[in-house]
Amino acid sequence: MANTQRPLSPHLQIYKRQVQMMTSIVHRATGIALAVGSVLVVGGLLHLAAGEDSFNHFKSIIGSPVGMILLVGWSWALFYHLCNGIRHLIQDAGLGYEIPQFIRSSWLSVAGSIVLTVLVWAYVMTAGGAA
Amino acid sequence: MSAKDTVVKDRRNPLKVARGLGSSQSGVSHWWTQRVTAAALVLLGVWFVVTVLCLLHADYATAHAAVAKPWNALLLIAFVLTMFWHAVLGLQVVIEDYVHTRWKEVILLVAIKFLAVLGALASVLAVLRIALTP
Ligand code: HEM
Repeated sequence: MANTQRPLSPHLQIYKRQVQMMTSIVHRATGIALAVGSVLVVGGLLHLAAGEDSFNHFKSIIGSPVGMILLVGWSWALFYHLCNGIRHLIQDAGLGYEIPQFIRSSWLSVAGSIVLTVLVWAYVMTAGGAA
Repeated sequence: MSAKDTVVKDRRNPLKVARGLGSSQSGVSHWWTQRVTAAALVLLGVWFVVTVLCLLHADYATAHAAVAKPWNALLLIAFVLTMFWHAVLGLQVVIEDYVHTRWKEVILLVAIKFLAVLGALASVLAVLRIALTP
């Protein structure tokens, strides 16, 4: 248990909610989701390697309603993690630490990920549904 | 052994005791590798999404032929290896942050490495099989 003799950092509950805090948590969550989603990438390759029947089977799975929902989720997770990952790399270079910049780039990650997801799925829909 | 004994018996230079502990371990290379794989994934990830979108309605023969192209096969293998590498480094930090029972932590850390290596090897074998069978 926590050693209460030493000073403790303020507890999460008393923090004001801020966008930077949300982008940080979501980066971690999408990272974990993508790691789980890597099964999709490996699965696709294995099915393609295993022959035509198996590939068509895979296509019907990811083309099913559940598959499509997973794909939308996976694509958004990837785009969010990508945008915010670039933000991380820029910050690792020592840039963008002024508070207004920090908040602005947080919203950019969120907005960028939504725009990219919508664009991709608009393309998929106009091209006539996935798979 | 009392504290006094240690002082007398331990004639090693304090630096000798400190080396290999805390931030002098492999933390920097972990951090740096995570950034390098992230930078690679920016490029490979965008390439992967575009490639998949181009194969949207592809039948088996088209998809097979596309993956079999040397450049695509090469980049796919690069993508998958980088992805698993980056994912293991990332999950490792998450596990270290939240799992405070040592044996559970160690089991999880080993398990993600096993799974990632299996996933990476399976993917590489699949791509090679596609690329090498006409
Ligand atoms: C697409 C390009 C990607 C970029 C630019 C990127 C970037 C990053 C960066 C900079 C971090 C470190 C964050 C930190 O230290 O707080 C990170 C963490 C992580 N990434 Fe990625 N990543 C990408 C793709 C992926 C993929 C495909 C996966 C999974 C297969 C993944 C899984 C993770 C995980 C699990 C973490 C750890 C999260 C944490 O510690 O909070 N990433 N990523």
